[in-house]
Order: sequence, then C-alpha cells, then structure tokens
Amino acid sequence: MSLELPRIPISGMTLPEPPSMPDLPVGQTSLGNAVVVGLKEIWAHKFRSALTMLGIVLGVSSLVAMSAMVQGMENGQREAMLAIGGLEKVRMEAQRVPVEQRHLRDMARGMTLADVEALKAGIPEIEIIAPEMRLEVDPTLQANGRFHRTFMTGGILPEKMRIMEHEVEHGRMFNDIDAAEARPVCLIGTGIRDELFGRPEETGTEVIPLGRTMTINGQPFTIIGMFKRYEGEQDRKQRLEREAERQRLLAEGRTPPKAQGPSRGQGRGGSFAFWIKNNTVYMPLNTMWHRFQAGLSNAPPEPRLSNIELKVRDFSRIEQTLSRIRNIMMVNHRGIEDFAFRTFEDWSADIDRFVKNARMSGGLIAGISLFVGGIGIMNIMLASISERIREIGIRKAVGAGGLDIFVQILVESTVIAVVGGLLGLAFSRFVVLGITWVAPTGNDPVITGGAMALAFGFAVGVGLLAGIFPAVKAARMDVIQSLRYD
Amino acid sequence: MPAADIDTAMALLELRNVSKIYHLGGEEIRALDDVSLDLEQGEFVSIIGPSGSGKSTLMHILGCLDSPTRGNVTLAGTEIARASARELARVRNRTIGFVFQFFNLLPKLNVLQNVELPMIYAGIGGRERRERAGKALEMVELGHRLKNRPNQLSGGQQQRVAIARALVNNPKIILADEPTGNLDTHTGELILSLFRRLAAEGRTVILVTHNPEIAAVTPRQIEIRNGRIAHQVDARLAGLDRSGGGDLPPSAP
Repeated sequence: MSLELPRIPISGMTLPEPPSMPDLPVGQTSLGNAVVVGLKEIWAHKFRSALTMLGIVLGVSSLVAMSAMVQGMENGQREAMLAIGGLEKVRMEAQRVPVEQRHLRDMARGMTLADVEALKAGIPEIEIIAPEMRLEVDPTLQANGRFHRTFMTGGILPEKMRIMEHEVEHGRMFNDIDAAEARPVCLIGTGIRDELFGRPEETGTEVIPLGRTMTINGQPFTIIGMFKRYEGEQDRKQRLEREAERQRLLAEGRTPPKAQGPSRGQGRGGSFAFWIKNNTVYMPLNTMWHRFQAGLSNAPPEPRLSNIELKVRDFSRIEQTLSRIRNIMMVNHRGIEDFAFRTFEDWSADIDRFVKNARMSGGLIAGISLFVGGIGIMNIMLASISERIREIGIRKAVGAGGLDIFVQILVESTVIAVVGGLLGLAFSRFVVLGITWVAPTGNDPVITGGAMALAFGFAVGVGLLAGIFPAVKAARMDVIQSLRYD
Repeated sequence: MPAADIDTAMALLELRNVSKIYHLGGEEIRALDDVSLDLEQGEFVSIIGPSGSGKSTLMHILGCLDSPTRGNVTLAGTEIARASARELARVRNRTIGFVFQFFNLLPKLNVLQNVELPMIYAGIGGRERRERAGKALEMVELGHRLKNRPNQLSGGQQQRVAIARALVNNPKIILADEPTGNLDTHTGELILSLFRRLAAEGRTVILVTHNPEIAAVTPRQIEIRNGRIAHQVDARLAGLDRSGGGDLPPSAP
C-alpha cells in the first residue's frame, strides 16, 4: 500500500523559506536559568518543599535563639562586672597563714594601712588603692523597728567610693572630720533602705532616711547619705514598666496593688552583683576601727584591714604590676603570706568559659537539628530525582549536559535551604519571645547579626552538601536508560 | 558499502565500520556489527527493522545519545565517536532535533516552555528564547496554544510541539523515533508530511520505524537486521524520487 499524503494547510502557508529557523546565536549557560528552574520545581511541590524547609527553619531559628540567650547572659555578666569596677581591679584579701608557715603565725600582722602606704609610694601603676575593714561577723542593722542582716558593712577610705563606682545621690559623703573623730555616721545603699524603711513600691513614696538613726550591732549610727539605686538594664526596664503601670492606675483613681515580697534577684546572674552593691553600708575606716575593733580584748595593735582593693592604670601590664605589688607585700609581711590576690580576670575568664561552653553545647544541639534538616533535604531530593528520571532523560536528550543537571538539582536543594534559612531567621524572633515567656531570665536575649549570619550560612552549607549526592546521581544517569524509564 | 561509493565528498553524517557490543552476563551481544553508512544533507531516510534488530542502537549512535564500541562517526566533518558526554550533549543540543514516539514533553511546563527547553541549554537569553519558540510553534501551526499544558493537547498537537522543540535550535538533523506510533493514521500522515517539508528545507530527517508502510514515505530506506544493514532502497538512485523539488507524494513501493 502506498500512502497518499494529503496536502495539509501547513505547507506553503506558514513555512518560511529554508532554513526556516534562524541560526542559533552562541550562548552561555547561566546560573540564573538553573535558579529559575529550581524555584519552579519547588513551587510545583509546595507542601513537600514546605515540610522539608521546616527542618531548616527550626534549625536556624534554634541556633539564633540559643545564641541570643547566651549573648544576653554574657551581656548581663559583663555589665555586672563593670558595675563593680571592671577588669583593672585587683583585690587582696587577708587569709590565714598557709600551713607551711604556721609556725610563723604569731609574727603575721595582717594587712594594715602601712601596706597601703607602701604600695601607694612604691608602685605608680596603681591608680586607686582602697582599703576596707569589715566586721568579722555579719552585723545586724536595726532602724524603724525593723532588723536586717547584711554582710557588706565596711569601714573605708573615700577612695573606696571611686573604686566601687558608688555615687551618693542623697545626703553627703563623710568628710575628714567625721573620719578623724571616728563619728558614728554611715552611708547606706537603697537595698538597706528598702529593708529597713520600706521600698518605694510598698510605701508609695521614696523614703530618704537621712538623719535617721540606725544601729549596727547595737551601736547607734546616723545615716548621712544614701547611694543611688544600682540596677542592670533589664531590671531598670522592668522597674520602669511597673512604675508606669502604677502611675496609670493612680491616674485612674485606683489603688495600685502593693508589690509583694522583696525583689532581691538572687541567683539571677548579673543582678546579684547589683543586689550586693545596693546592700552596702559604709562608714569611715577610723570609725570601724574605734567602735568595733580597738576596744576588743583580742584587738590587734593596729587596724587590721579585711581587704585592699586597687585599680591598675594599664590592664595590659597587670602581670608585671601584680608581681611588684606582691614583692612589696612580701617584704612588708616579712615573707608571711597572710594575704591573697583575687583578680577579676578570673571572673572574666569564667564568663568566657561559661559563654563558650553554652555556645558549644547549644550550637551543637542546634547544629544537629540543622543537620537533620539537611538529611530531610537530601531525602526529598533523592525522591524528587527518582520520580523525574524521564524528565532528566528528556533534558539530556535536548542537550543538557551532566553539569546542567547537577547544577539544577543543587540549586533546588540550596533554594530550599536558603528559603528555609530566611524563614528561620524571621521565626527566631518568635522562638526567643517564646523562650523568655516560658522561662524568664534576668537578661534580655540579644539576637546578633553575627549569629544570624552564621546560622544562615550554615543552613546554606547544609543545603549545598545535601544536594551534592542527589545531584551527582542525577547528572550520571544514562540518557537512553532514563528516556526509556516509565 | 554502496552509500560510501556513491559519494566521495564529505557526507553530513558518516558511519564507518561502526560496531556496538554489549556484554550481558559474559555473553557478547553485537547490537551493531560493522555498519557503514552515509547520510547527506537534506536526505529523508527511514531506518527500518524489527525490534531487537539493532535499529534502536543505530538510532542512539546517529543521535549522539551513545558512542560506538568500534568504528568512526563523523558529523559535519568532525569525529565524534570518542567524544565526551559533554561534547555529545552539545552536539545533541545544536545539531540534532529529537522527536519521540511518546512525545516526551515535560508535563509541568507549558507548550512555550517545552519548546524553549533546548535553548536554555544552549544558553540563549529569555527574550530570544520566547521569540524563537513562538516562531517554531507557528511553523507547526500551534502559535495559539502557547500557554497550554501538554496534557491539554491532542496527540497530534503534542507531537507537533515536540517537532517545534526539535526544530528550535535549527538543527541539521531531525531524528524521529516512531513519531507516528502513537497517532491515528490521519494525524500520522500530517506529521510525516511535516517531516517531508523539513527535509525539503535542507534538513536531514531520519525516521526510525518498524512499520514498512511508514518507511515507504521516504525515498531512501535502510533495513537493519541482526545488527547489520540488510537491505537498502534508494529511490533517488533509481530516478524515482523527485522530493526536494516539490510536494509530490512518495512513491516508494
């Protein structure tokens, strides 16, 4: 049989003169095409892609949230450290004579003002030096019919105010005459005021107990000054919020509820340092000596200091300065080591170690969840290519090289990771809010750009890695086999 | 090797002593056994043979989907028998257009996007791609269905989209594997006449089929059996074919 082909309208009507298609210009395969193809593929499987992204979203947001919490804690600690004088501060504390020098015990004279003078004269690197004499047993304070025990009662020289960064907000600092005459005067922190005279939140007005009498272990003292209130960023914010709430209630003519219980904030990381600072009672060193030490039967022949705090000018040379201080102290103490150094470098190192550990463990957990997200991506990409074997065959038949297919699959997995990463960054804010809501901390979590960049970069890296194996698999598929695949 | 004797000048596609050998469980299978063949520009040729004859293997080699185990393949003067997969992909992209029995359109892409596909891998910019794809679709009279998905088209229309896709990079060779296998007779005739036009334009159109009736529309027929060229008919040699000069119906026996 012979086929009689009819004339179809196509001939002669639309066909231009041969060659009908213009010559193909020389082109360059671009990544842009691959990205577009990848995006379309993801859009075509919206639900599946969204589920896959979820792993990355959670990984990224938990990484960012974890980092924000740790950053918040670190900030709180650093803030507290600065509040008590910073890294340049060195503290020397009286300690018991070490065992190997026990037999020299009777010759130990403890830290005295002579040490302070010697250090002041001998070491110019010392910016401030401030001795303190504490009561050996925490004293009982009494005023206004209330009792309070505090362990921060000290006799000081005025330098102490600078080194501790105390500010007198109400009243005055003691003067030289107060000191010389060992007058029974003292300055208190707002924490003492809160305990003895009531907190502003309770009383409704701020009590400034200047001129009132307070007994310390039964001895009457006149309060001549009060420090300002010290608080961390977070505490101030909360206090101002409470204050605003109270004002609003007052303005509406309602009685604001009395605040319940003392807000000491112990165990709240950085807040503790502020609490201590607010619970300070200071008097002249001479007053402390005369009223609490000199009269005792076992009193030392000269005032014994509990600690000497000093601040060096140049933190970078603290090692050398410390060894010179030690030399002078050893000479003064005739070689008996009845004093010990404590630098805040240790504390700083502690903070660093804590932060590093928290980062490592938190990062590891968040990293694992990102890794799991990556496995999800790989899984879905493998599923995706095995249901697209024929498509890959067709693409190859019309001229896609292995590299084109490789890039396409890699782009798809990376796009999932990138979109998931971006969503995760946006979502991390809510995770942080959620965590602080469930478990409030004293420190505001801080989402840092660095943490976001790191988490995002990690997510993209995971997406790339997860795509490599499926991409290689797809790129290596045999054209003929895949074209035949059903 | 009659084809080689006729034409001493360089043919568009030359196969010299091409063999393709598969090893299947220690057994050697000669899918193609020492085949030599010349295809000229503008030829309309069919390759015919029953399944298992080596016809498909020959088509794969002609279409640069596969490389021979032995022998040489020269395409437009360039030896491609030992070309890398990447080079073969480039040849497929620029020199060969495929038309398949099952159309092999991508179901997720619309008609225009399907036709654009080869140009994506040729690295053609978006605007140029749409322009050329539109033009190719107009040539197959589907200029009005650009936004349709393949499953919204009839078989004949899908095959015309596939032809537009095969044409869009302006290839020298169109390789059609049972292009009418899934079409009714009338539609198949339309498609075949389209191929005839393409050959008349100066393209080499290779029609692979198991059906002698389909093969009969081409002036030259090559029959493959057991991996060898068993029989060749060339109507032009007999002065029976005037194709290329007009729109005469085929007259092969």
